[in-house]
Order: sequence, then structure tokens, then C-alpha cells
Amino acid sequence: MVTSLDYERILSPSGPYEGQVLRASDKKHPRKIAWIQCVGSRQVNPEGGNSYCSAVCCTYAQKQVILTKEHDAEVECTIFHNDVRSYNKDFERYFQRAEKLPGVRFIRSYVSIGKEIPESKNVTIRYSTPDAGVKEEEFDMVVLSVGLNPPTEVKSLANKFGIELNAHGFCQTNPVNPMETSRPGIFMSGAFQGPLDIPESVFTASGAGSQCGELLDYRRGMLSKERIYPEERDVSQEEPKVGVFICHCGANIGRIVNVPSTVEYCLTLPNVVYAQEQLFSCATNSAKEIADMAKEKGLNRLVVAACSPRTLEPLFRDTLREAGINQYYLEMANIREHCSWVHAKEKEEATKKAQDIIRMSVARACHLEPLQEFALPVNKTVLVVGGGLAGMTSALSVANQGHQVYLVEKDSDLGGIARRIHYTLEGLDVQAYLSDVIRKVYKHPLIRVYTDAAITEASGYVGNFVTTVTSQGRVIEIKHGAAILATGAEVYRPTEYLYGEDDRVMTHLELEEQIAKGDEKLLNSESLVMIQCVGCRNEDRNYCSRICCSESIKNALKLKELNPQMDIYILFRDMRTYGYKEDYYREAANKEVRFIRYEPQDQPQVEAVKEGGRSVLRVTVTDPVLGKQLEIDADALALAAAVIPSEGSEEATRLFKVTTSPDGFFKEAHVKLKPVEFSVDGIYLCGTAHYPKLISETISQAYGAAGRALTLLSRDTVVASGSVCEVKESDCISCGACITACTYGAIEFQETPLGRKAVVNPVLCKGDGLCNTKCPTGAIALKHFTDEEILIQIDAAV
Amino acid sequence: MCSGRVDLSFVLRAFSNGNDGVFIGGCRYNDCNYGTHGNYHALNMVLLFKKIMERIGLNPERLRIETMSAGDGNLFAEIMSDFGKKVKELGPLGKGEGIDENALKSKLEVVTNLVPYIRLVERERLRVPFKSEEEIQKFFTSDEFNRLFAETIGEKLAISQIVALLRQGPQTTGDIAQVLGLSPSEVSRYLNSSSRQRFVRYDEGLKRYALA
Repeated sequence: MVTSLDYERILSPSGPYEGQVLRASDKKHPRKIAWIQCVGSRQVNPEGGNSYCSAVCCTYAQKQVILTKEHDAEVECTIFHNDVRSYNKDFERYFQRAEKLPGVRFIRSYVSIGKEIPESKNVTIRYSTPDAGVKEEEFDMVVLSVGLNPPTEVKSLANKFGIELNAHGFCQTNPVNPMETSRPGIFMSGAFQGPLDIPESVFTASGAGSQCGELLDYRRGMLSKERIYPEERDVSQEEPKVGVFICHCGANIGRIVNVPSTVEYCLTLPNVVYAQEQLFSCATNSAKEIADMAKEKGLNRLVVAACSPRTLEPLFRDTLREAGINQYYLEMANIREHCSWVHAKEKEEATKKAQDIIRMSVARACHLEPLQEFALPVNKTVLVVGGGLAGMTSALSVANQGHQVYLVEKDSDLGGIARRIHYTLEGLDVQAYLSDVIRKVYKHPLIRVYTDAAITEASGYVGNFVTTVTSQGRVIEIKHGAAILATGAEVYRPTEYLYGEDDRVMTHLELEEQIAKGDEKLLNSESLVMIQCVGCRNEDRNYCSRICCSESIKNALKLKELNPQMDIYILFRDMRTYGYKEDYYREAANKEVRFIRYEPQDQPQVEAVKEGGRSVLRVTVTDPVLGKQLEIDADALALAAAVIPSEGSEEATRLFKVTTSPDGFFKEAHVKLKPVEFSVDGIYLCGTAHYPKLISETISQAYGAAGRALTLLSRDTVVASGSVCEVKESDCISCGACITACTYGAIEFQETPLGRKAVVNPVLCKGDGLCNTKCPTGAIALKHFTDEEILIQIDAAV
Repeated sequence: MCSGRVDLSFVLRAFSNGNDGVFIGGCRYNDCNYGTHGNYHALNMVLLFKKIMERIGLNPERLRIETMSAGDGNLFAEIMSDFGKKVKELGPLGKGEGIDENALKSKLEVVTNLVPYIRLVERERLRVPFKSEEEIQKFFTSDEFNRLFAETIGEKLAISQIVALLRQGPQTTGDIAQVLGLSPSEVSRYLNSSSRQRFVRYDEGLKRYALA
């Protein structure tokens, strides 16, 4: 029996068995592994367990299953679960990926541990299925998907900072500002708020940063100092003089690769004039040693044989600048990830391979060209597209840090979809809050609002965008350095369950509006049915709309408060009340809201009928507990309609050349680590245009986007990489192959003295180099990765 | 730099240098670091090159492309071990296929000289608009692709190889067919069109084809 965190270590190449899945007891490979979900979470027993849902376990268990199958496709994996809560972006597809693997079973059942079998050390698990009843099955290994607790020292931390904790022992936060603690000036981020996944942790961190910025903007930049580098030496006329520095990386490389003999080898390579070993090349004193030796020996090319350039290339480039050498004269040879780590058992072979890798790097280094990075000025103005809660929140946070903001809204009023939301699960009066935010936006001297607006054109690049907006008959050209796209989402208009045909059928949002209006007919209903997952988690929309389970429970609780006699039924597939929302799910169940699970292949049926003179909506559904068809006669039916991407997002995609994921929501630069950035520099995203989310989550992400935009705006210039494409005009035959290959619109035809030629705008070029492979004459070249530089490396390989 | 930057000429150079296998690793499909989705282009290049390899008698399994994320270390190791094993089984490039060294050199030279042409054809005739691995794989095994390939690169390859062969001396149709692994009727067709274009001529005295 291991916890999920133990198992995470077992799967890791740096774990106890170097990435092999073994049992601790007898070091055998388990053939049958079981995962038990919700261990310590979603419990009503106050002894030890937490009442909330830990929000991350369903997906991490699926990840562990996928990784296990990648380790060994023969292992049988069984997940015993309650609801499968794939509520986050792309999680539904991820779940399907895990579920479809051969030899993987997802079994919805509570379990109990039977016994350990002394001979085999196997464990038996008792569970039940509707078809087979109670069964006891043997497993070689069991992983407990343990949930999240508050940090152990949390009380003393809270005392020290004078902040309050909530009933679960996590940080008490403001529901409309989840990064604000009970004490002004102290902010929090990440899972201290309660169970959170990585993207939410990341954007609450940026958001907390932005709010610190709002308080401290007047002191921005006062502690920073500009680095002064020595003047760059012109070495273009010199013969290559290569210095090779080989890192032991403690024992990481040195234990496997014979570093001293590799140093000797390097000295035999053409153009190498100096080579030495270092214990940690990245240590401050080692970097200084590199710079000093470069000066002393007159080196003009440097090869650092160490780890992946992804981590430390910027550091070593800086070292070259310190040595007065152009930073593009650096080449890194990765002899750790590509060599010592993967060939731990073949020391001699690994040493030879390290030498091969370094020889290739030296060959390449000799052909490197000095490149100049260029500084682009940054316009300090921000354009925010979308005047919903997301757009307004980020506009306010940016403006509070002293930047001019243009807020563009297509409707005649600000507020977005929040105008239709009246209360939250936690009891927030949304309309009062919204009015307050709108007032702040209009009152802010640095925010300019354009309503009834449309964007007709957008051009430019990071730091220097130009966007044309028409609003109420006027055309405005806005110059801005950054843009935040908060174009929101819409509600699916159901075609199912008599929606649009019978006025007793409504969406969950329409139900909320009727409750808020105090519609007598609705409030006097004897019976009301809600159907979840209408228009999503299906073939058309293969994602979970995330908010609908909470929305339905919220409405159910409100109705129970207003009319406790009303019979309320929620027909669901999985109740996805993640995190603290689990408590409200339990509250609803305790107030006798009836939850009936249905299967996607056996959807509820709805018909309008007359029953004893009373006209009702008859909902037929299979009850999995009773195994029987139930007929519920309802006075009203609320459909949890999908949240779908807005038209505005589609337009924004076209205008700002950003991308959406297959479901039509904005595609962030990295789903976990860059959740508010696009892959296009200078453009940020937040709110439901990214993915359906609740008000508090939208606000967090909006602050996060503001925080990321500020990191750009706080600089006067941005540096663009020197590794961009360039066209040799005399070789260009104006065929346009490069132009069609470029997804950034970085290449265009221009009239030159040699005729019409392709010309690269280096500011827009991202350096992917695809165009190079399309050019029939080799006229376009990606600097730093030219044909010559790569071919010479290929030649040096053998 | 993106896997889409991996050029036909890089792969050719690696084989020409005597490497027995070439592996290209890219990001997972639809998970592009740039937004370029160049890995699909790399896949296209690889599938096209495999076809060329097949055509010049080299085992296409010597070239492999796989996609993975930075977190897929185990998968990468597994794939590389598997590929290494495969290449060892295939033996040295050329020898494993029963092609002698000079013939191999000449074949690879022929392809190298065709690179600009192949790029043009790829753009004009063989560019696949699909954005899924399955669809691309399907296209490259389709009859339509085979027809397009035969009409374009296939024909150019054959004619170039014939010309290269005739450079060594006049040959009969049968000899050419045997060396190039084509049917005599295909060879006659290429010889006829090459004669019309005045690349080759039929030497009545020798009863053999020769360079024009």
C-alpha cells in the first residue's frame, strides 16, 4: 500500500528504483495495481478526513495510470472512484485517454480493504458493481489517492502574520478577491487558498503580484540597478579559438563520464585552444572563472559541456557578455540529460558519447556568427477587450498601477454574463458587487471605456500594437503595448428536452433569473427537475463546463430556502463540486434534494403530459440504485446548458493572431505554467474565454493577467532574440513559399532594388525556421541555426 | 528551432556520411511550442523521404520520427533503444540492402541534387492540409499519393538515376531495369521521354542507350 505521492516518486527516474515500478516489500514488478480515490477527502466522518473534495486527485490518478502503462503496457490498472471530476480544461479528454487504454478499469464503487495475503504480500479489496454484486479481488499493489491538507505549521504562520484561517484550516480569503487575506497588505496565492490545480496556483501568484504592485507602484524600479557589460570585442577577423568547459555537475556527470580524459580529448580537437573541468559550471565562481579564462586565453568561442541549454543557456550567455564576447558565440553540449543520466550503467560508452557530443558542439561553435539582439520600445498603454468582470478587474488592476487602459465592450453596458448572475454559492450579492466594479471603472481617471464597440483591425507586435476600434459612430486608433483578451463565453441554447417548445423548460441561468425575480409560479412548484450536462461532455462538445454542478446546487439550495416543500431532483452524470463546493453538495443532499445518476447512453426522457388534470413535464430516468425506471412529474425543468466559446473570442483570434484549443476556448501558452499568456508576446487572456469558470476564479485570473501584463509594462524596452530569419535577396525568386509557411505573418513581399523580394520583419519572427525548409533556393536562413551550422554538426557526428 | 526546421538535406547528409539510421524527435502533435505546428511538416518530410528511400532501395525503417513531451523521458529511452536495435538488425547502410558503396553514393547524390525540385513539388502537389497524424499517414499510403509521387519525384528520380548510370557507359534497357529495380517497360517509358528531351539517345551501333 502506498500513497499517491509515494507512487509519484516510484514513477520518477530519480525515485527509489530509478523509474522502475517495484514493490517495497519484495522488489517485484506489480502486475495488478489498484487506485482508491477520495482517501481523506469528501468525508463526513470528522475524525481525520476532510469534508471538501481535494480537486486534483481524479486527474493525477489518471496521469499515474497513463504513466504506469507507458512503463509497462501489461500492468492491469483499476481505479475505484466516486464521481470522476474532470472539471478542468482538457481534463475530460485526458480521462477518456486513460479510460480507453487496454487493461484499465474505472469502477465506481466504495471499497474496503480485505486482507494481506502473507505468502504473496498481495492485498484484497472488496467492492461492488451493479452487475456482479459484492466481489473481493486481489491486487499486487494499492495506491491511495490521498487529498490535500492545510500545511502543518499553518496555525503558527497565521498567528505570525495576523491572518485568519477558514473552517478547513486554509487561509481565509475574500470571495471576490481570493488572493486577499483578512489583513490588508498581506496577499496569498496557490493552494493555501484550498485545494487548487497548477494553473490556478500560477495565476493567483501573478494576481497577488499585481495587487502588491497596486500598493507599491510608487516605488517601482527604485531598487533595481542596470548591469554594465564590458565592450564587445570584434572577433570576426580572428581564427576560431574555442574554449571547452566541462562540468562534473557534482556527481551527476562526473560519476559516469570520465571528465579528465574528456578534457584531454577536447584538446586534440581542431580549433580548441583551451579546455578545463569544473565541479559546477553554473556556480558564480565558475562562471567568473569562465569569463576570466576567456579573457586570459583570448578565447572567441565557448563550449560549455554540462546540462540542457533550456535551463542555463541564459546564464552562460551572460558569462560571455561579461567576458566581452558576443553571447551567440556560446554553444552548450548537453552531456547530462543526453548522456550521463541515461547511460548510468555504461561508463565507457557514456564517455565516448560525451566526447562525440562535444566534438559536434565544437564544430558548430566554429561556424557561429555574432548576432545582435534588439531592444523594442514598450508603449505603456493597455487595451482590454471585453467589459465583463474579467476585463474590468484586470483593467482596474492595471490602471491602479499607473497605466492608461482602453476598455472595449461590444454591448452597450459593462458587466458581461455576470449581469445575469444574482448570487453565488457562498452568498455573494453579485449585482451589488458588479455595480460597484462598474462604478470604479467609470470613475477611474486612467480607464477609457468604449461600449457598443467593435475592433476592425489589429496590427503590430509586443510593446507596439495598433488597434482600430469603432464605437458609437466614431473610429478610434489605439496604440498600446499589451492587450488583455477577456471576451467571455456564452450559454448553449439547448435543442434537447423540449427547450424552446415548452416554457416550463429553461436553462440553469434562466432559472436563476426567475428565482431572483421571485416568480410566483416557479416558487410554488411542487416539483422541479434539473438535468446536468446538456450540450457538453458529448461528441459535439467534448469538455465539461465546470460551473454547472455548482450552479444547479446553488439554485436548488436557494429554492429549498424559499420553498422547503418543493421536491427537487438533480439528474447528473458526475457531481463535479470540486474543492469547498463539496460542502454545498452535502448540504443539498441533507436538505433532501434528490440526486439521480444517469448514464450518457441512457439519457432522461421528457414529455409534456396531463396527470389528473394537472399539466406536468414527465421526466423518465433509470435509477441506478433501484435499477428501475422512475417517472417524475415536474412543474419546471432546468437544463444545465453548456458554456460555449463566444463569437467575440473567435473574432479576437482572427484579429490578434492568437489560437484556440479544439473546443474553441483560448489556447494559453502553457496549460499549467503560462495560463494567462498567449504564445504571441504581449497578449494576455483571462476569464471564461479561456475556459468556463466561477466568478471568484475569473477574478483571480483577471488579476493574474494584469500581473503578467505589468511585468511587460514595467520595462521601457523588450529584447527580441537575434535568432531570427533573414533573406538573401539575390537568391530569392519571389515564390512566396516562406510567406505561406510563416504562421506569424513575419514575412512579406517588398519592392527592393533587386525587384520584389521576401523580407522578414525580425520583430515578428519567432525563430521556428519552418520557412527555411520550404525555400527552394535556400535564400532564407534562420540565424544561429543556418544550414551550414547544422550540417557541420552532422558532419562532425561520425 | 522547431522540428519543422529539420530539412530534407540534413537527413540526406546524415545518410551520405554513412549513418545507418536517422531519428527525428518533435513535440507532441497539437502541442506546439511556437504555434507553428511544424511537427506536421516534419512528419510530411519524413513520410516523403521514406518513400524516396524505398524507391532507391534503402530500407525506410532507417528513418524514424516520434513526438513526445519533455516529460516523456522513459518513452524517449524506450523508443531510442528500440530504434537502435532495429538499425543494428538492418546492418550498415547499403550493405544491409545489398547495394555496393559506389551505387549508394550515386543514389544519394541523385536525391541531393533533386532537393530544390522536391521542395517545389511538395509545395505544389503534395502539401497535405490535414492537421492530424492519422490523416497524414493515410494520405502517404493512399493510391493518390502513389500516383502523384510516381508522376513527379518518382519519374525525376528514375531519369536522374538513368542519366547517372549512363554516365558510366552505354547500357541496355534490361541492364538499367535490373540496376534500378524497375520493370523494363517503366524504363522504356523513361528512356523515351528522356530521348525526346535529348538527355539520352539510342546508339544503333552498340544497341544500347547512351548519354546524348
